[in-house]
Amino acid sequence: MSTDSTKLAFNDGWQYAPAPESTDHIQIDDHYGLFINGEFVAPEIDRYFESINPATEKPLSNIALASEKDVDRAVKAARKAYTGVWSKMSGADRGKYLFRIARIMQERAREFATIESLDGGKPIRESRDIDIPLAAAHFFYYAGWADKLEYAFPARTPVSLGVVGQIIPWNFPLLMAAWKIAPALACGNTVVLKPAETTSLTAMKLAEVFRDAGLPPGVVNIVTGAGPTGAAIVNHLDVNKVAFTGSTEVGKIIQRSLAGTDKKYTLELGGKAANIIFADAAIDEAVEGIVNGIFFNQGHVCCAGSRLLVQESVADEVVRKLRDRMETLIIGDPLDKNTDIGAINSAGQLETIESYLSIGQAEGAEMYQSDCSVPDQGYWCRPTIFTGVSQSNRIVQEEIFGPVLAIQTFRTLEEGLTKANNTPYGLSGGVWTDKGSKVFKMTQKIRAGVIWANTFNKFDPTSPFGGYKESGVGREGGMHGLGAYLKLEA
Amino acid sequence: MSIAAVPNDVRMPDMSQVALVDEVGVKERAARFQTRSIKKESKIEALQMVLSMIDLTTLEGMDTPGKVKQLCQKAIHLHDAVPDLPHVAAVCVYPTMVGVAKKALGDHNINVASVATAFPSGMAPRQIKLEETRIAVDDGADEIDMVISRGAFLQGEYGFVFDEIAAIKEACGKAHLKVILETGELGTLDRVRRASVLAMHAGADFIKTSTGKIQPAATLPVTLVMLQAIRDFYYETGKMIGMKPAGGISNSKLAIHYLVMLRETLGSAWMTPEWYRFGASSLANDVLMQLQKQATGVYQSADYFSKD
Amino acid sequence: MAETRIPVAKTYKIYLGGKFPRTESGRYFPLNAADGTVIANMCRGSRKDFRNSVVAARSAFAGWSASTAYLRGQILYRIAEMLEGRNEQFVSELVLQGISKRKAVKEVEASIDRLIYYAGWSDKYQQIFSSVNPVSSSHFNFSVLEPTGVVGILAPENSSLLGLVSNIAPVIVGGNTCVVLASESLPLCAISFAEVLHASDVPGGVVNLLTGFKDELRDQFASHMDVNAVVFCDGDAEISKIIQEKAADNVKHVISRRDQDWSSEMSQNPYLISETQETKTTWHPIGS
Repeated sequence: MSTDSTKLAFNDGWQYAPAPESTDHIQIDDHYGLFINGEFVAPEIDRYFESINPATEKPLSNIALASEKDVDRAVKAARKAYTGVWSKMSGADRGKYLFRIARIMQERAREFATIESLDGGKPIRESRDIDIPLAAAHFFYYAGWADKLEYAFPARTPVSLGVVGQIIPWNFPLLMAAWKIAPALACGNTVVLKPAETTSLTAMKLAEVFRDAGLPPGVVNIVTGAGPTGAAIVNHLDVNKVAFTGSTEVGKIIQRSLAGTDKKYTLELGGKAANIIFADAAIDEAVEGIVNGIFFNQGHVCCAGSRLLVQESVADEVVRKLRDRMETLIIGDPLDKNTDIGAINSAGQLETIESYLSIGQAEGAEMYQSDCSVPDQGYWCRPTIFTGVSQSNRIVQEEIFGPVLAIQTFRTLEEGLTKANNTPYGLSGGVWTDKGSKVFKMTQKIRAGVIWANTFNKFDPTSPFGGYKESGVGREGGMHGLGAYLKLEA
Repeated sequence: MSIAAVPNDVRMPDMSQVALVDEVGVKERAARFQTRSIKKESKIEALQMVLSMIDLTTLEGMDTPGKVKQLCQKAIHLHDAVPDLPHVAAVCVYPTMVGVAKKALGDHNINVASVATAFPSGMAPRQIKLEETRIAVDDGADEIDMVISRGAFLQGEYGFVFDEIAAIKEACGKAHLKVILETGELGTLDRVRRASVLAMHAGADFIKTSTGKIQPAATLPVTLVMLQAIRDFYYETGKMIGMKPAGGISNSKLAIHYLVMLRETLGSAWMTPEWYRFGASSLANDVLMQLQKQATGVYQSADYFSKD
Repeated sequence: MAETRIPVAKTYKIYLGGKFPRTESGRYFPLNAADGTVIANMCRGSRKDFRNSVVAARSAFAGWSASTAYLRGQILYRIAEMLEGRNEQFVSELVLQGISKRKAVKEVEASIDRLIYYAGWSDKYQQIFSSVNPVSSSHFNFSVLEPTGVVGILAPENSSLLGLVSNIAPVIVGGNTCVVLASESLPLCAISFAEVLHASDVPGGVVNLLTGFKDELRDQFASHMDVNAVVFCDGDAEISKIIQEKAADNVKHVISRRDQDWSSEMSQNPYLISETQETKTTWHPIGS
């Protein structure tokens, strides 16, 4: 049904002039040390790594590379703060610190958003409207729990765990830090957190917030580095719990490393979510949901709707509308307020995505990319869809973590459901239909932890998040997120 | 007098097949357009485009030839202090003022649009509506803004509404027909979509949100649903239909976001006065003030712009 | 009066997919009484028996997890009724395995009561653990528990019946299906309990019971890619480490219930149900 004669034109006529967010209000230091015991300190061994802007490939700052010794210092500081101060403090007082942190984050929101986009490549619209406000909201939400924990667990006394080691990914740097730190502190634990090596900057800015909020030294310690630094946290004998968000591959390594220890753990891992469009859906809104599902944050989203399952009778219409919609997506400078798709986070990730583009084409799928231009410098991937793919293709089975959508069709509800669940992952899923009873049937039958019906990629501090199967263990967010940071005594 | 026959190529659409709308999704999408930041040359271009798309409107019970003449002068001389301003697309008046407006506008290439069909309620027998339409057209109206019979529509009498639009279209002759859905009385976006489809199939050249007499008048979500209906009709038939949000768009910023929505929904082909209009009475002056501000860098006062 | 009748000895088989086959391996191990006499030749379940059990459990999962909470409660109560009816058999099997009559009576009674305890939770734990989440947008958002899937249970070694029941009940009341390895040294009650399950309208495949050697089968429980959670009740740190390591192959949930006193009231609570549940959160717009 797609005909050239009725193709809509989006790339001529009136265009939007550049509208860049200014950077004159932010301060990025040349070097960042480690945040241990309430102070920024140099690493034991004088080693730093560069953090670059993925949109320009230019260096932004130098970040301390934490060694095993540094991690040990951080854990010791956290232990001291736990036994000396934090575990003795009333829940109400802990809550007051968290409220204070939330407020300072709100005050510094613009700065945080700008740095997040500079360092990670995500569009300023997303960091400004989603990442930063949600991060502050998480602190605000868990602040209120700090003195009410016993209400969440009938007939049990909740007790804090001690020192918690947390390792977070690069796709939502500040937001993931908030997801991890806020509930841990509300539950009375102290923290050693490692941001991802490509996106350490907002974590260091968050450290400033903790310092300015007067949070007692050692309650949160931030150590920067790559895999070995993370491993040092996981394997430290005085860590009581490990919380990890990242790839399933690394999640399995962590689960193995923790074998035989008494450390609790939560793992929030990969996904390959099916977004299922029925013929009786509100198609235009479904197309928006598809776009939001796979192109939000360049597709660097563990719960991305990376598999589109569309009922055959509307497949042509959906694909046609999707293609037209893709033409309106603006890719480019993450700091431009009109940018919809920013830079791929790193050269390595771009390589991974591009390898999947080759794989998809080699598998015989038809690739379509929007007709937009991309800057010369930096790491970019145009919004991409594959049609003519089948369940056996790697681009259907494997997590790509980029703006790449694999489109399959189905005829009956059962077929759609079978395809949706035919994956080792189970993080999220989407279903689009105007029929209420079908919504409930599908949302019940999709084996995944978060189901968006007639919407996609929505997040809220009150809403638990986490996966089935190889997508992880445990939940973060909401009341259910508290359990990860407590032991329950009878 | 017989009711005009429905031409053969005009067929009632299958109303059970009209696309469904999810209100929350539409509102989210509409809100996204408002996050677009339109600056510098793209803003000036947009403001000029807005001016050229305005149907400068007076629809008051107390309208007089004097008032209409003044409005026409404004249409011709928006703000002569600024050179090279576009003129508005049309002046929109009641049928009794069409002759006055036509004469006042002379050969300035500004259309006269007339509301008709017992505007704003539409509560009149069909013969009266047809006669009113013919009179307006005979008096020189280039465009007719009709209202649909909302009561009949809400009763599910789609055939009645369809036939009425088709009949008015016939009565319009060469005049363009804009069909006002009065979305503020339709209650849901699903009905907005349905009414849009019905109107387009019945022969509307434009679909228009509101009379301006009922709140809410034009909103971004309602307009989005109508634009999507226009796009699907275009996909289906290859025929372009125009869009006119009317009422409640009184400042430049909002008008620009309407253009953003138009651009990202229907694309560049629709971005001319031929396919898009704003029904507004006070928008023009705000746009003029913004243009002046862009030119001078100084914020403006309403006292320096004529109110007609 | 009558001559001594020659009793019919019971053959203890495994319970797989609602049937009582012998182990496919044809192997057995003798179960000896305290005086050294052979009580029975127990099936020495194999890796293949385990694999077949997982297949049975997986295929039973869709139906069992979709059954109503009320029905699952009814069936658990039915199991309790059946167990009550065969009270004496279980007491005598416990005695045969070497514990005192008094303790045996207590254990059977506690097992029956435990089943009733969990039967009662069937339509309530969801209400305790679910939530409606007040999100800051126009969406209705709620979180409910769903069974995690197929659960492997390495039953406690030192509690033939009560430990077994205490681990199976919270798993199946929550809609999971399971594969259970009975106590290696005290396996008699497990197979008799399978007969009780079989007579209680528990659909075939919901509970699959094997007897055999823990050292041989433990790794299978931990590593099988179609098992979603593994519960284990015994073993030292080394064993626990191995289970955890192998479980990571498919990010299995690992639930350690070592050193638990199964006769204690503390060993029954709804948190044990929640351990083999997933939390699912659903979003839907509120509009028109």
